[in-house]
Amino acid sequence: MSTSREEMTPERQSAEEPVVELDRVGLAFDDKVILRDVSFTVLRGHTKIILGGSGSGKSTILKLILGLLRPDSGEVRINGQRVDTMTELELMHVRAGVGMVFQEGALFDSLTVAENTGYRLYEEMHWPEEKVRARVQETLGFVGLGDFLDRMPSELSGGQRRRVAIARAMAARPGILLYDEATTGLDPITATSIDQEIIKLRDLEEVSSVIVTHQLRDAFFTATHEAVRRNGDVDIVQADAAKCDEAEFIMLKDGLIVFEGNAAELRAAKDPYIRNFLS
Amino acid sequence: MAGTAQDFLKAAVLEVQEYVNLQIATVRAVFSRPFYFRDIVEQFESIGIGSLTVVLLAGFFTGAVLALQTGITLDQFGARPFVGRLVSASMVKELGPVLTGLMLAGRIGSGIAAELGSMVVTDQINALRTLGTDPVRKLVVPRVLAGFFMTPVLTVIANTVGIIGGWLIAVGQLRVAGSLYWTSVLDGLYIDDVYMGLIKPFCLGFVIVTIGCHVGLRTTGGTQGVGRSTTQAVVAASVAVIVVDLLVTQLLVELLY
Repeated sequence: MSTSREEMTPERQSAEEPVVELDRVGLAFDDKVILRDVSFTVLRGHTKIILGGSGSGKSTILKLILGLLRPDSGEVRINGQRVDTMTELELMHVRAGVGMVFQEGALFDSLTVAENTGYRLYEEMHWPEEKVRARVQETLGFVGLGDFLDRMPSELSGGQRRRVAIARAMAARPGILLYDEATTGLDPITATSIDQEIIKLRDLEEVSSVIVTHQLRDAFFTATHEAVRRNGDVDIVQADAAKCDEAEFIMLKDGLIVFEGNAAELRAAKDPYIRNFLS
Repeated sequence: MAGTAQDFLKAAVLEVQEYVNLQIATVRAVFSRPFYFRDIVEQFESIGIGSLTVVLLAGFFTGAVLALQTGITLDQFGARPFVGRLVSASMVKELGPVLTGLMLAGRIGSGIAAELGSMVVTDQINALRTLGTDPVRKLVVPRVLAGFFMTPVLTVIANTVGIIGGWLIAVGQLRVAGSLYWTSVLDGLYIDDVYMGLIKPFCLGFVIVTIGCHVGLRTTGGTQGVGRSTTQAVVAASVAVIVVDLLVTQLLVELLY
């Protein structure tokens, strides 16, 4: 019943090719510099975790990747295609391969959970109703909200709203998922359940992830755990060293990247700002 | 001081530029795919049927008070039987379109600005774009189409109930015979007046809705910003109704009379 990802993203890439690439990106609003010479790549199936204080430009990076903002300088590429020079119409096609989970969920208030989740499928991809319903049931089941189809967003808790947002973002099987502070403001138990959804999507659905957060606990949990299938069940277990290396951290300070490396390297960093951030 | 004036002018020019850009994008989107038919039908219902009560009440009481006021003045010239002529000409040419426009500026201008403004500050507009939907096609076009086509319909309804309101006052209070009133109503109307009364609401409907959408989509500053946008939309749309009314009247007087 479900459609394979190859149908959605025609340009399937090898693991070595970057799915997201920022090259010397700079952005300023009037006199306020937001980002300076930011460069990084995300490989297929890998995770990039962007850390930094409030106003350091973390969420701006996600908006640049999606083409919601355009950089003043530098280049942004998704699946090898340069998006910073594309028209809005051209961007619509590129965005088909990217999903985003917004900070507060950004669910459409007037639509039910099922309609929110299946929005792209019925409104933009024009799938038949039965096929949409099956995929919606599948994705909501994946995030543990299979019984919430007819609820309105206003009837959900904060954590449930984020999980519906994840379901909506993954419904069309994008190859890349962007998370903007997906766990901010949630209690630790709910935040962990969101982290587990992110891990499951990355490891079971081979989704490349860019995670913006300042929640260190969640960032390290996502970087150091993996999802494995055992006897039909999915378990979240401690990841081995090789898997941990697939999750890279970036630390932003005043629009500049001040650190790039894996979880172990971040913990061992001597930079006073990073030490202060981690403490 | 000079710097402040320069900043103000820059901001004003930018605002006008963005408004014109939105209008151009809207007109383009009206004539190209994709269309969101369900949203279009919803907006026709919301803007058209939803505004019926306020337009009926405003039209009825305006016609009634117009008959009452003009009846007193006409009495001084012994012309009380001509009250219908005055009511119909005033309602159809001027009061119907303008009052309907002002009512809609208050009701739908504010509603659209608040709804779209809330969507902006809660990232729903960005979510729409991320999911592959152009917010102009999905949100602006249905509202503009509904405003453009339903404002004339509502104006005709306001005119009709206004003339009925005038009839009730003419017969009940001014003691003018009903047949005389209706004959006077028809005598007071020329085909050019009807054209003027029908063309103006199309322009007013377009302006009210595009202002509401423009202000809503440019909302910043959280929930406080939504409140600010709502007020701005009502003020701007109300002033625009009066200004556009004058400009279109001027143009139509040149063309029709």
